[in-house]
Amino acid sequence: MDDTIVAISTSLGVGAISIIRVSGKDAINIVNKVFTKNLLNQESHTIHYGHIIENKQMIDEVLVTIMKSPKTFTTEDTVEINCHGGIAVTNKVLEILLNNGCRLAEPGEFTKRAYLNGRIDLIEADGIMDMINAKSEKALKLAVNTMNGSLSKKIKDLRDLISDILVNISVNIDYPEYDDTPKITNDIILPKIKEVENNIKNLIDESQNGKIIKEGIDTVIIGKPNVGKSSLLNALLEENKAIVTDIPGTTRDIVEGIISIDGIHLNIIDTAGIRKTEDIVESIGVEKSFEYIDKADLVIYLLNNNEALDKEDKEILDKIKDKNYIIGINKMDLDNNLDINLLEKEKIVKLSIKENKGLSDLKNKIKVMYNTSSIDLGDFTYISNAENVSTLKNCLNKVNDIKLGIERFLPIDMIEIDIKSLWNLLGKITGDTYQDELIDKMFSKFCLGK
Amino acid sequence: MDYEIIVVGGGHAGCEASLASARKGHKTLLITGNIQNIADMPCNPSIGGSAKGIVVREIDALGGEMGRNADKSLLQIKMLNNAKGPAVQALRCQADKITYPKEMLKTLKNTKNLDIMEDLVKELIVENNKVKGVLLESGSKIYASCVILTTGTYMKADILVGSKRTRQGPHGEKPSNYLSDNLAQLGFKIIRLKTGTPQRIEKASINYTNLKLEPGDDKYYTFSFDNKIYYDKDKQVPCYLTYTTPKTHEIIKENLHKASMYGGLDDIKGIGPRYCPSIEDKVVRFSDKERHQLFLEPESIYYDDIYVQGFSTSMPHDIQEQMVHSLPGLETAKILKYAYAIEYDAIYPTQLKQSLETKKIENLFTAGQINGTSGYEEAACQGLMAGINASLKLEGKEPLILKRNEAYIGVLIDDLVTKGIRDPYRLLTSRAEYRLLLRSDNADLRLSEIGYKLGLLSEERYEKLNKKKMQIKNLYDYLKTTKITPKKETNDILEKIHTSPIKDGIKLYDLLKRPEVSIDKIKLFTPLDYDDEILEQVDINIKYEGYIKKAEEEAMKMLTYENKPIPEDIDYYKIHNLASEAKQKLTEVKPTSLGQALRISGVNPADISILSIYLKKEYHK
Repeated sequence: MDDTIVAISTSLGVGAISIIRVSGKDAINIVNKVFTKNLLNQESHTIHYGHIIENKQMIDEVLVTIMKSPKTFTTEDTVEINCHGGIAVTNKVLEILLNNGCRLAEPGEFTKRAYLNGRIDLIEADGIMDMINAKSEKALKLAVNTMNGSLSKKIKDLRDLISDILVNISVNIDYPEYDDTPKITNDIILPKIKEVENNIKNLIDESQNGKIIKEGIDTVIIGKPNVGKSSLLNALLEENKAIVTDIPGTTRDIVEGIISIDGIHLNIIDTAGIRKTEDIVESIGVEKSFEYIDKADLVIYLLNNNEALDKEDKEILDKIKDKNYIIGINKMDLDNNLDINLLEKEKIVKLSIKENKGLSDLKNKIKVMYNTSSIDLGDFTYISNAENVSTLKNCLNKVNDIKLGIERFLPIDMIEIDIKSLWNLLGKITGDTYQDELIDKMFSKFCLGK
Repeated sequence: MDYEIIVVGGGHAGCEASLASARKGHKTLLITGNIQNIADMPCNPSIGGSAKGIVVREIDALGGEMGRNADKSLLQIKMLNNAKGPAVQALRCQADKITYPKEMLKTLKNTKNLDIMEDLVKELIVENNKVKGVLLESGSKIYASCVILTTGTYMKADILVGSKRTRQGPHGEKPSNYLSDNLAQLGFKIIRLKTGTPQRIEKASINYTNLKLEPGDDKYYTFSFDNKIYYDKDKQVPCYLTYTTPKTHEIIKENLHKASMYGGLDDIKGIGPRYCPSIEDKVVRFSDKERHQLFLEPESIYYDDIYVQGFSTSMPHDIQEQMVHSLPGLETAKILKYAYAIEYDAIYPTQLKQSLETKKIENLFTAGQINGTSGYEEAACQGLMAGINASLKLEGKEPLILKRNEAYIGVLIDDLVTKGIRDPYRLLTSRAEYRLLLRSDNADLRLSEIGYKLGLLSEERYEKLNKKKMQIKNLYDYLKTTKITPKKETNDILEKIHTSPIKDGIKLYDLLKRPEVSIDKIKLFTPLDYDDEILEQVDINIKYEGYIKKAEEEAMKMLTYENKPIPEDIDYYKIHNLASEAKQKLTEVKPTSLGQALRISGVNPADISILSIYLKKEYHK
């Protein structure tokens, strides 16, 4: 219990403010490292205004509460950070704290500490154990759903690459007399480690958390002329004070505007200037639509409640079924001619843009889709993402250690120590912690023994 | 009471157990089926190897016998992994199969408080779950406070050759037919394991002309920190290297069904070691490999047998003849002993405490192959620990439990009693998380203090240790405080040894940190009047300081959990919030600390959280 733990202690996505709680002997030190104002010599139970920063960049405007041991919930030094920037930003702050030496709290760990430190009555012990049990089961279930399938696959591939190296080194160490097993040297390792490094960097970039914050989600709104594309875009944009119409220096498609929904950025891709061409009776055509769909992370397909599905609609629906998509049925104020049963129910949002109805449903759907506010899913989804990004950054540190060791011509078995911790870190993300995995692999791959 | 401690079995575990107990002043009886087979090496004629060589040094540092005995009987010796880092280097020797047992028997016979008896044990005498002695097959009873079982492969041993199963131990010895049934009756879970050994070939019938010579190192080494040399490094006996041929593989594939393990016998239950596969396993599982290495190792200078390392098989004799004759250099070789597989009973090791005392029967200890391990060194170190802990129990003292950051011995025992086994367990460097701390070169620094306090290590050795520690410190301090300045002659030397010249003064300590500067090079700047082993220690400590610190920090993290004890009387089924798998596993293993609990597969961190709250609630009111 010597380490410092952190967790988001409010439900994500509901209120405008979320609270991050840090507890442990380094709590004040760690927050101080990422805060604009010096917190080290402040009185206990005081509140401070400032910014959370990373690499001199401002991440969020926050209020920080300092509470010193022992008059806190856990009896340890505790800091609470009130974040204002929405879910994605809160999550970014969490990640920064993890990078600076905090460990993500296990389910129920604050309460556990409070109990073990004598803060909570003995009678409550059973309740706490129940809570830990329940929370960890939920977390476990969610971990399975949460992990983006392709992320997990990529990490598993990386671990395989690394374990090939490790197993080969082990064989060289444990069976040095076998001259027909390949000898691993620093020269062989270096390119592989560089490959691992690039992959990890890409993963960090690709991870939802990183991407949502840094780049946003490329979104297209498609649909027939007059279905209400421009009205929808305008309605969404209208609520957003910060409209960026041109992003200098980017090479991607022209972005019509950026919409921010609780910290999730949607980059609306200009489908042949939807805002301008709305009045012109011109279909962008199925082929053109396909092109946009390919480019987008998220497709919003608008249909008219008043019109039945035609062949073209069906082609597009077929095309988008492998993407993240939402079907907006507009003009709910008109008579229904659309057979809803032909559509996937979970994807539907009913709208009447003219009457300003259904917009919040649409936004909620997007939030759920990107795992950021789903109350049912609990907070774990998002938190584990922050932890993953932080772990991946730790992995990069290990990669640097390995490269440094190779540069200094250290013996292979020294370098192996860092390679193994890299492998263990990656295993933490995928939950692969079976200890004898390498030994099993060694004996299945190499022919050894008397 | 006839004896304080009875040791059953005179193999490598039994020898160490009885010596430790007798040397600690306890009246000890060693019961063996055949005195001539004491400290026998029924398989390979070598001691040490990767990780195992470090264990031999640990045994020596704790006051055990194996290292000293190996030094007395070695035919050749090598430092493995010489070109790699210090943490993975280990000694391996070829030991004479006549000298080794002879020297060990001499030591046993010259040890005070130790009697040796020839007989087989039929049953344990147990009262109220406490062992009281043994019943011999000859019918008499012998009483003692503690019993240590080190039966090796002898419990219900079956020799398997082709389609033949014969109830006997190695060398046709009489097996122990009753003891494992008795253990099962007492409630122990008994498992069946299997291992094998290759042919022995007549030395004169081998044509060495085209075989690669495998000599010993051109340097003196000893396992024991006594550092007594018994051999001439220029007269070491060589090994030779040969390979299987396509013909060999063809013979094996054609006759596969005749091997005991491939249908020759249909009642094989034993699980063989993965790291010690038979040649037919290698050919089948690695069919794309064109050839397999085989080492021809001398067994003794007193007789003719050559051991064919890598060629163990359960094929019938006629096929073995064909196989051997297909090998280069062995075309006309004469087989003196055929290869065989052996099946035997063992007890599942999670039934043991960390002290190697069984959980079911008080004062009963087990060590060696009976616990599911394989290898002379693995057996010997368990024997030593069982002997020590049985003695400590008699003395009313806490058991000696080596932690995973203290010794390979600790890793081995913790693995056994915490994780159990699937196949016979062999030590590997990769099993040790803190390998960098568990080196061959520092085994004495790690463990001699413990050996001395136990009364197993001589006063002389203890003084030697303290002197060594002091010299290491002096040299370290000297390098840390002594600077060289950027004079011309200094930089000339630096350039000559291919390292960059200096502009400012630099401590010798910092110079030594440069990977290309060994401690010998430091002597170019200042005389260092120290023995090689002192120089080596300081070199390692300075050069790898960063890595060693990291390993120590990791170990400290583990120890915070290791130092949280779990009381023996805990009932996991009373903690209703624990996951049911955790309840079951924890009840089976009965971990003594939260650290050990964490290492049990199927117990997750949330279970540990719940457990720690329960412990506080129930035991620290």
